[in-house]
Amino acid sequence: MAIFVTPKTKVLIQGITGGFGGRHTRLSLDYGTQVVAGVTPGKGGQLFENKVPIFDTVAEAMKQTGATASAIFVPPPFAGDAILEGVDAGLELVVCITEGIPIADMVKLKRAMAGRTTRLIGPNCPGVVTPAEGNGSQSGCRIGIAPGYIHKKGHVGVVSRSGTLTYEAVWQLTCRGVGQSTCVGIGGDPVHGTTHLDVIKMFAADPDTHGIIIIGEIGGSAEEEAAEWIGANCKKPVAGFIAGATAPPGRRMGHAGAIVSGGKGTAAAKIAAFKAAGIGVAPTPSEMAETLLRMM
Amino acid sequence: MNVHEYQAKSLLAQYGVAVPPGGVCDTAEAAQTIAEGLFANGERLIVVKAQIHAGGRGKGSFKSGFQGGVKLCKTAEAVRETAKAMLGQLLVTKQTGSEGRLVSKLMVAGAPDIQKELYLAVLLDRSLSRPVVMASTEGGVDIEEVAAKTPEKIIKEAIDPAVGMMPYQARKLATALGLRGELLGQGAKLLLGTYKTWWECDASLLEINPLCIIRTRDGKEALQAVDAKLSLDDNALYRHPELQAMRDLAEEAPLEIEASKFNLNYIKLDGNIACLVNGAGLAMATMDIIQHFGGQPANFLDVGGGASQEQVSAAFKIILQDPHVEGILVNIFGGIMDCNVIATGIVAAVKETGLKLPLVVRLEGNNVEAGRKTLAGSGLTIISGGSMAEAAEKVVKAVGR
Repeated sequence: MAIFVTPKTKVLIQGITGGFGGRHTRLSLDYGTQVVAGVTPGKGGQLFENKVPIFDTVAEAMKQTGATASAIFVPPPFAGDAILEGVDAGLELVVCITEGIPIADMVKLKRAMAGRTTRLIGPNCPGVVTPAEGNGSQSGCRIGIAPGYIHKKGHVGVVSRSGTLTYEAVWQLTCRGVGQSTCVGIGGDPVHGTTHLDVIKMFAADPDTHGIIIIGEIGGSAEEEAAEWIGANCKKPVAGFIAGATAPPGRRMGHAGAIVSGGKGTAAAKIAAFKAAGIGVAPTPSEMAETLLRMM
Repeated sequence: MNVHEYQAKSLLAQYGVAVPPGGVCDTAEAAQTIAEGLFANGERLIVVKAQIHAGGRGKGSFKSGFQGGVKLCKTAEAVRETAKAMLGQLLVTKQTGSEGRLVSKLMVAGAPDIQKELYLAVLLDRSLSRPVVMASTEGGVDIEEVAAKTPEKIIKEAIDPAVGMMPYQARKLATALGLRGELLGQGAKLLLGTYKTWWECDASLLEINPLCIIRTRDGKEALQAVDAKLSLDDNALYRHPELQAMRDLAEEAPLEIEASKFNLNYIKLDGNIACLVNGAGLAMATMDIIQHFGGQPANFLDVGGGASQEQVSAAFKIILQDPHVEGILVNIFGGIMDCNVIATGIVAAVKETGLKLPLVVRLEGNNVEAGRKTLAGSGLTIISGGSMAEAAEKVVKAVGR
């Protein structure tokens, strides 16, 4: 089953004609993902790579192609608008890859999305991958910028704020012959659509997911909230890692949301919450897969 | 981005928040002139405040031996002498580190007759995804201490971004701060102005500590923002050229400025093992694993998810400028980018910089075999690390810790 997307999910790309968006659209097509449309206002009627039709609006692209999910690659000043266009058109899933959206834009946008059914993942995230059975997990659904070939179809769910740390965990699993149901990067910004907890609840309910790796980092309290729910409700084995134990307080560590401020959001507090919830804490980022496999 | 106290106060004043009268200067003579103007206007006591992006100025001390970065003066001559003692000197506070910060600007302002100190801040509540206005009757002290010891003395009001802060919310907070009579209306107005400053400047944190109830010269009570701290959302600076102009490069570490020119995210730390990593999460995790094996990371350095050869080369030059570095760990998970391109970049950078320090490289991902071959065939002493753990262990061992 997997969560959010399956290999059959029809995907459209907002910002398909940009350099970054175009490059990753090609990689998704190579991977075998059903990329059925692109959206770039003013370029409607053209074709991307001679095969993917481009539309002026998301609504039109959905109507013509039946796309239900989108990936957003538009620059930060216009990304909020792109997200709300997708929401207004009624997409089931919007994955925003864009890094650098102003916090106030996200605050307003989340308010505007209240009561809507569209799920937003990101922004500033690597996206979602549901691997398939092909060679190098080919024919899976890849929305975003993760490398497809590191995945393998299987039964471990992975959720993380960070891109490369997700790849690290996925690669550790794949190298041990263990596949994944779905891998979700929720993004490193302080205000984002989908939380660790949202994803954990879905993994807990997904019959195809037998174990979970949760990767967090300093800043905020989303990991603690997820841990509390896991401790009370999740019957599946969960392993975790928190990055940033050595980060100095008050400094943003690359991700806009990775900051220990006012003594809040420390790695120590998050690790303690993980342990209290029965989550197996990997002592180093090298042991994320091992820690989970020992529990399974 | 952080701004200075005087800049924060001038922004607050634009939104109708009362601040003590005064000005900013960079010479002792100008400080005296401002002071003379303030005395002529009836001020009796003047405060000279060193402008640096760090807290604890009052209790700080200058490397010259002069005590205190915030000083009260009774005459314009005393202001001049104080300014002379502070300008061009390094001020060390609990937040600056032992190297201190160079003081090149001073704020000279009237020192009000303070009756009571309150606390006020606007910040983002991440779990609500909304702004929150936070206030306390316990001002003038470290708010983290108040939060730890007497959390009930901190009151919070979440703001709906669709309508902004409503006047009733401001009155609610003002009442909770114990403001009555004329001060209630004044306080509500000040709260609304403070929120508006935060929202319209795209701030991430605006803190007024202390917010003071003062006694004016005609014996009335009034409110004044006596100190202010403002941090802006870097992501939103593109739409605020006037705020961008407030950036003070002298307050930033030179290597961090250099790194930002190459789109590299570099933060200097105190250890001796430099690291060069792609991705913020992996970069933090690399620092952690160095410490796990008994070493100390010299920096955080994220070259980005899709680093180029030029960026790798620039990154090497930056980390080598830190004199404390005794070993380097490169940790690249090349998901999309070609590991061989990265390997070629590393070899070029090592040759170009004439690197003598132990270098451990852990490459994983796309075209990794070719990348490892490039490193092995380079004729350079590059230690190869298979897993992250192996690489971290090797670099810690190589620097002899």
